Amino acid sequence: MLYKSTKNFLLTAFAFIVLIPCSIVVLGTFKTDAEIYSTPLALPKTWTLSNFRTLFDSGGLITPFKNSVIVSMSSVFITLLLASMAAYAIARSVTISGKVLFFLFTLGLAIPGQVNIIPIYVLFVKLHLNNSLIGLVLVNIALTLPISIFILSAFFKDLSREMFEAASIDGAGHWRIFRSVALPLCRPAMGATGIFLFVICWNDLLYPLMLISELSKKTLPLILIDYRGEYFSSFSMLFTAIFVASIPMVIMYLFFQRSFIAGITAGAVKG
Amino acid sequence: MALPAFAIYSFLYLYPSVSNLWNSTKRWDGVTPPEFIGARNFTYLATNDDLFLKVLGNNFRFALVVVVLQTSFSLLFATFLLKNTKTTIFLRVVYFFPTILSSVSVGLIWLFLYNPNYGLINAAAKKVGLMDDPGVNWLGDGKYALYAIAITQVWFHTGQMVVIYVAGLQQIPAELYEAAEVDGASRWQQFKSITWPMALPTTAVVVAYTTIQSFRAFDLVYAMTQGGPNNASDVLVTLIYNTAFASYKFGYASAQSVLLVVMVVLITWLQRRTLRVNYGDK
Repeated sequence: MLYKSTKNFLLTAFAFIVLIPCSIVVLGTFKTDAEIYSTPLALPKTWTLSNFRTLFDSGGLITPFKNSVIVSMSSVFITLLLASMAAYAIARSVTISGKVLFFLFTLGLAIPGQVNIIPIYVLFVKLHLNNSLIGLVLVNIALTLPISIFILSAFFKDLSREMFEAASIDGAGHWRIFRSVALPLCRPAMGATGIFLFVICWNDLLYPLMLISELSKKTLPLILIDYRGEYFSSFSMLFTAIFVASIPMVIMYLFFQRSFIAGITAGAVKG
Repeated sequence: MALPAFAIYSFLYLYPSVSNLWNSTKRWDGVTPPEFIGARNFTYLATNDDLFLKVLGNNFRFALVVVVLQTSFSLLFATFLLKNTKTTIFLRVVYFFPTILSSVSVGLIWLFLYNPNYGLINAAAKKVGLMDDPGVNWLGDGKYALYAIAITQVWFHTGQMVVIYVAGLQQIPAELYEAAEVDGASRWQQFKSITWPMALPTTAVVVAYTTIQSFRAFDLVYAMTQGGPNNASDVLVTLIYNTAFASYKFGYASAQSVLLVVMVVLITWLQRRTLRVNYGDK
């Protein structure tokens, strides 16, 4: 009995600890600063969208939102494409070169991406890829390729060899087998990996902070950092901006909980 | 078919990692041509740099707090949420939720909670009489800032670790618990002699992942304190970032990065070794 009630108490308490800060943000988007400070958890006195209007009228959020969408979508798409091709080649390779390639890619799992900030910065300034969304996409691809290849090649290795052999007896080339046999089979794995990558790209701060200084190229996390200074004492604005920046993730999470949890967890365990 | 991936990867991952090694032997401000100085960056780091030692200490304390709290909380909740019922699945989804937010958003939310004047934490503490005015300035006081960020990190990622633990604990054969039940073992005895030893491989993964995450921490610290006050909450990556882009010591920052790589590789290697010694991991 004691065990059961302690357990229920702890479980409920932690659920509240998780949900209370999130509710403060959601409720805060409808409130004035004074209301947020005096009664952060109460329902707003009037449900008004004026915070959103102020934020969008200042025009500050739309461009970074677009930039984040462009950068995250293209990074994820290209990474998945390149990683699945590489993972397929590695999984099907019978020669030593496949093993060597796999080893080189897994080196990237051991070296934290953060330590490459200086060489990347120097290189990108030289190539004029700083202050460019293409530059961010390239960095994202390079940083997430090792983990994606790691996850996907494990998946390809589990597919049965006979299936590929049957396809190749029927006269299909490598490309054909990859496109018509391997890719359709690994759609769930690709989905989970894609979500994992999307969360990383959407939320990344370090590389954009270092590479982007032009306002028109900033992504959402960068703009939030700017807002932290600009609206330091106005949490109604900050909460509204956080809400807008998080809403795509939240919606995706509500629809694809399973893939989210599977993807992010696989990335963590294998990385 | 692996060529395009490998080209991008070697150009933007392998090559930078190697050039980091090379840059760490230079005196370099990022503008004028670098000058070769051998191992002097490293000798200076090891013998003369009090700030680096302080930040290294910060990072170890940060990692310790996060690893201990996050691992124990997630193991505890995972044992509670082991069975797949509607309620447990719902709670896992709720607990996991913060993981999908960005570190910057989480940092800003906690900036509000920690605010000394109107933040929820001080307000609650004052209400129940645990704190007097003016209240603790969690992020502005060097005594607390680092730990305050560590708590935020625990809030941020415990749910993710719960899910990993649940997956690990569900591998434990149910017969073991049934047998223990028949023998009249208490909950605590069951945990001590079945759950804990059987969950050790998962614990090794969780601890290693959390430790490495703690040494890679940047976003949350940058969003909440930018390392302040007085470097009290600086961690290695914020230090490297500032050494390079605020003080323009590119060579010296590269040397610091090399040390970070060595540490992370060492942790990974230790984890693999522990797993292999104890469990004959493939």
